[in-house]
Amino acid sequence: MNASSKRIVLAKVGLDGHDRGIKVVARALRDAGFEVIYPGLWLSPEAVVRVVAEEDADWLGISILSGAHLILVPKVLDLLRQQGLSHVRVVVGGTIPEEDVPALLACGVEKVFGPGSPLSDIVGYFRGSQPVPQT
Amino acid sequence: MSTVSRESARRAYLAELQASPGRAEPPTTVSGREVAPLYTPDDLPGFDYESELGYPGQYPYTRGIHASMYRGRLWTMRQFAGFGTAKQTNQRFHFLLAKGQTGLSTAFDLPTLMGLDSDDPRASGEVGRLGVAVDTIEDVHDLYAQINLHEVSVSMTINAPAIVIFAFFLAHAQERGYDWKKLRGTIQNDILKEFHAQNEFVFPPEPSVRLVIDLVEFCTKYVPQWNTISISGYHIREAGATAVQELAFTLADGFHYVEKTLERGLDIDAFAPRLSFFFNAHNDIFEEVAKYRAARILWAQAMRERYRAKNPNSWKLRFHCQTAGCTLQAQQPEVNIIRVAYQALAAVLGGCQSLHTNSLDETLSLPTERTATLALRTQQVLAYETGVTNTVDPLGGSYYVEALTRQMRQEAEAYFRRIEEIGGVIAGIENGFFRREIAESAYAYQREIESRRKIIVGVNAFVEPEQTPIEILRLDPAVEREQIERLRQIKARRSREEVERHLQAIRRAAERGENLMPVLIEAAQARISVGEAMQAMADVFGRYERPPTW
Repeated sequence: MNASSKRIVLAKVGLDGHDRGIKVVARALRDAGFEVIYPGLWLSPEAVVRVVAEEDADWLGISILSGAHLILVPKVLDLLRQQGLSHVRVVVGGTIPEEDVPALLACGVEKVFGPGSPLSDIVGYFRGSQPVPQT
Repeated sequence: MSTVSRESARRAYLAELQASPGRAEPPTTVSGREVAPLYTPDDLPGFDYESELGYPGQYPYTRGIHASMYRGRLWTMRQFAGFGTAKQTNQRFHFLLAKGQTGLSTAFDLPTLMGLDSDDPRASGEVGRLGVAVDTIEDVHDLYAQINLHEVSVSMTINAPAIVIFAFFLAHAQERGYDWKKLRGTIQNDILKEFHAQNEFVFPPEPSVRLVIDLVEFCTKYVPQWNTISISGYHIREAGATAVQELAFTLADGFHYVEKTLERGLDIDAFAPRLSFFFNAHNDIFEEVAKYRAARILWAQAMRERYRAKNPNSWKLRFHCQTAGCTLQAQQPEVNIIRVAYQALAAVLGGCQSLHTNSLDETLSLPTERTATLALRTQQVLAYETGVTNTVDPLGGSYYVEALTRQMRQEAEAYFRRIEEIGGVIAGIENGFFRREIAESAYAYQREIESRRKIIVGVNAFVEPEQTPIEILRLDPAVEREQIERLRQIKARRSREEVERHLQAIRRAAERGENLMPVLIEAAQARISVGEAMQAMADVFGRYERPPTW
């Protein structure tokens, strides 16, 4: 499977309007050949999952800089499971303290990119990881 | 300077450069501007001291708005604070005042900034997290409890619901016996930069601006010492803009507010002296200093020449400054203290009137008491130990700073012309001009870091393999429950008819184009919540949605 077949939904969840990072990441991923869908600000967990389903995405990248990640991210993952979208691989970016990373991984997040993560690491991560085949 | 000595200086420079292992590429500022190795009088052709600089405290104020600057009075040390409930934030306010802070600055939580009540499902997980939760006037009573509003100036960072929160504040002041005419402080009330950068808007641009001007108009009559708008470049810069974009977009927003207020029939000199500004203090010291100086001269000239202001106070650009949050790093967080100190130096060399210095832990959370104290101490060292306050505008006359100031002025003027060509600020918001410009700069900056053309200590150079975790301020999850319960009780005590009567009055005033301030003050007294008042206005104005630009 080549890179261009990977569809990535990038989402801002909650009320936080800090979108500098997600927009830079969206461009870098697009420039690297991915199909990126960024539906904009203020998505509820339900709305995020709806977009993921509609777009038939392989990946979901959630950006949170409000500190509400331990509340909002598990909600999104629960909803993905409920909607039969467990195959969608989830990464999180934003102001995530190191000590919160284990809790996010435990609820099903695959990777957390904290502040200062180089774009090359993020792009490399998506390049190196193949979507899990659907059964 | 003779041509011979200049030429020999240039040859000596090139020879030295070839012999030394210096930087391969020519250095650029943080904003990507190429910098010459040396500035001389040749870089300032036709320079005229009187018209370009003048004396401090005199038009065009390039050298500062006060004749004596910090020798007369230091800048106000105003640390932004707010988290949890109003009671908790009030305690932090008293803590900061006890540590020697000289003004207060209120941070509101995301639901409040978006005009939502704490019990709104969209607020879930965010109540009291990034600032203080305010739902009704009762929270404002708690927030400023035991703070003498005739003595301490209060700043409020609130925009989309600014008029509602300010109605709460005025009703609070009235209930506590303060004279509106003696209240001093600032409300941010700058919705335009929300559309460009900060993304906390609720209504479409035009009714949003109308609310801004309602507040200006009301304060001009009844709260004359209040700073009615803090026209903000800070967030534009944080979103990735260059220094010139920050400068140009902020002033363009300022001109828009001036024009809209003039359309109401107010005299320029009645309201312009109470407009203030808020700029970012980024890493590049000289570029930042030039930015503040360019802002002052551009504003002074426009106010005097274009808008025909006669009162010198209308010409003076007063500004608050905050060190750049976007420069703080999670890696080796103690290093942030050093970044903040240099940024604060730039703000002070640039002549700010008040300053917030960020805390070292703000990439990850709100500051703890320890880090908030360190941030304040950074300003105190600058003010009392370094000697930078001893003389007015110490960088004035530096060939480099003056050349940069002039260059940035010209580039900002080119942006003003472009904004005019595309149909003005509102058109620029609607067609995505500002957001595209900012997104381009943000991406270009990130690529500079990726390619290591720009070095960030601890991130792409001088990396430590091991990270020492820092203590982080944790919000008690009980805060959200407590705040919701408190709001429930307040709502339960009101009569349904009374609430509906107030909401109807808000809708009616919104529809008829009347100033909304009076009905909102009455609504505040009746314990109408932020979310209810905003919904009543949204019933008339609608809510603004737009596709993302990236």
